[in-house]
Amino acid sequence: MVTYIIRRLIGALLMLAIVSMVTFSIFFVVPRMAGATSEDFANRYLGKAATAEMAAVAAEKLGFNDPVPVQYGRWIKGVFAGAEYDTGASIEQCPAPCFGYSFVKRQPVWPELVDRIPVTLSLAVGASVIWLIGGVAVGVLSALKRGSFFDRAAMSVALAGVSLPIFFTGIVSLVVFSYGMGITAPGGAYTPFEENPAEWAYNLLLPWITLAFLYAASYARLTRAGMLETMGEDYIRTARAKGLPESTVISRHGLRAALTPIVTIFGLDLGLLLGGAVLTESTFSLKGIGDYAVQAIMTNDLPKIMGVTMVAALFVVVASLIVDLLYAVVDPRVRLG
Amino acid sequence: MTAPLDAPGKAAEAEPEAVVAGVSGKAIQGRSLGQIAWLRLKRDKVALAGAGVVVFLILVATFAPLIVGWFGHPPNEFHQEMIDPSTMTPKGGSGISGEFLFGVEPLNGRDLFSRVVYGARISLLIAFLATVLSVVIGTVMGVMAGYFGGWVDTVISRLMDIFLAFPLLVFAIALVGVLGQFEQQLGVQGDTLRILLLIFVIGFFNWPYIGRIIRGQTLSLREREFVDAARSLGARGPYILFREILPNLIAPILVYATLLIPTNVLFEAALSFLGVGIQAPTATWGGMLAQAVKFYTVPHFMFFPGMAIFITVLAFNLFGDGLRDALDPKSSR
Repeated sequence: MVTYIIRRLIGALLMLAIVSMVTFSIFFVVPRMAGATSEDFANRYLGKAATAEMAAVAAEKLGFNDPVPVQYGRWIKGVFAGAEYDTGASIEQCPAPCFGYSFVKRQPVWPELVDRIPVTLSLAVGASVIWLIGGVAVGVLSALKRGSFFDRAAMSVALAGVSLPIFFTGIVSLVVFSYGMGITAPGGAYTPFEENPAEWAYNLLLPWITLAFLYAASYARLTRAGMLETMGEDYIRTARAKGLPESTVISRHGLRAALTPIVTIFGLDLGLLLGGAVLTESTFSLKGIGDYAVQAIMTNDLPKIMGVTMVAALFVVVASLIVDLLYAVVDPRVRLG
Repeated sequence: MTAPLDAPGKAAEAEPEAVVAGVSGKAIQGRSLGQIAWLRLKRDKVALAGAGVVVFLILVATFAPLIVGWFGHPPNEFHQEMIDPSTMTPKGGSGISGEFLFGVEPLNGRDLFSRVVYGARISLLIAFLATVLSVVIGTVMGVMAGYFGGWVDTVISRLMDIFLAFPLLVFAIALVGVLGQFEQQLGVQGDTLRILLLIFVIGFFNWPYIGRIIRGQTLSLREREFVDAARSLGARGPYILFREILPNLIAPILVYATLLIPTNVLFEAALSFLGVGIQAPTATWGGMLAQAVKFYTVPHFMFFPGMAIFITVLAFNLFGDGLRDALDPKSSR
């Protein structure tokens, strides 16, 4: 098991290295392939009034003329040790962890992101609890009562659920439940949990349910398929033959095996959401990390987009690492292998 | 399922039994795998309905100018006379009439029907071509990983893991945002640039889904007897790859391509909704929904584009599920 954990840790580090290279490439190599020059890059860090000479000076000072690996190394160093941007016209400080510096707003990206993490975290964690419980419960019931009215109704709803975009269900539910009936919050509001838990939940209720519905639909389909497969295995027959009560057979033998793939997917989904529930935040005007990415695109603030992309990738890698470690606890084949 | 070959156990084992059963009964009729699949698909009414809607949508997208010419107005034509100047919303709530089948948009009174019809073009074009791109990359990589094994497999499999763990949407937003700035350097602009960008980004990030399935299939095909037989008859690499393995991969490729299209429809709609996809005034379903958020008092404005997305995605999902059940009896529930 120790070797397994070490292998996974090395894998996660490798993954982070590759993800950071890809992110770096998107912002600094791909544009060059499309024909951008060092001066084009430097111009982003200068005001609109910058002359060609100023751009040339800034490009040299900011190191855009250096070889790409050197630029990448400098960027990584900034994450750990902080960075200083000297454009020739001004010197800007970006303390560690420096995930970029927005020259549009003249401030480092990281503190802004930190401010937004609670919103995204609340949204993702709340919704994931609902969809995990709901989706798995419906999936198990459907599998056990296969072919029944409940099964067919649930699977029809689930199929509809995976075919609906959240920005459609989101707006419709806002119109119906918030503006129409007035029973849920009208989006855009967020109260920190530690300030007022009731209001926190009230404001997030509709986004939670809308987001959870989408995921619960696909989890119900996955759980149902997994349960049908495991319940047909020989060891289930053995367990029944031993005279175990059916509830034990289902929960201890069937569900446990059917759940392992769900856990993997859950880790990835949660990681992806933490890196920005872009569509949900956008639909419900929540000021989270995903909304930050969208705002950055609208204002063409590339260092911001780069920062958010990197942080999002970080979440995914960490989440899948945690899942892999949990796997070792859940799955005896991993634990003993 | 009541499909003819849906006996318990694997299909490969079921076939000889079927032959034995046939000897004692009526004369047996030879059926190719394609015919069997078609028979199964014909009985699956839900999948057929999905297929019908898919064909209908393709026709609508293809003949959008004709349809709009008969039943609507040009998609970017303003109809200010339909708008109540004090609220900027359509007169009478939605403006739905024989002339404006889906009503008009708030603000400028554009014909919603025409815009939804034209939206189908963008949506399906991008979804189809992005799927083709994913299938090509995914098949090549998957076959290579599965057939050659060893370090090739290790490298490609790791690559697929990495792609699958990427925060896709954020990356897509970033890439579209970065590349969208280089109109001059790329030599294309406007809608063409955006469409090409979206096809590239969506297609490029989705290939591992196909790749993983193809890899698995290739791995098991490689060990099958008929491949051994071909090899013992002196067939070499390229022949085995193209004449023995690839034909057997057509079914899974077809199924998962069909199931990837709805994902891509949603992806395109999401990017256009966020404002990084196709830009206004070109009509897209996602873009219309983004506008509809601001005019939530006019429900028909969100209803038609939203339902268009829903029906398209659902139809492809139903058809794809049916196709999978028909082509691969093992996967049937």
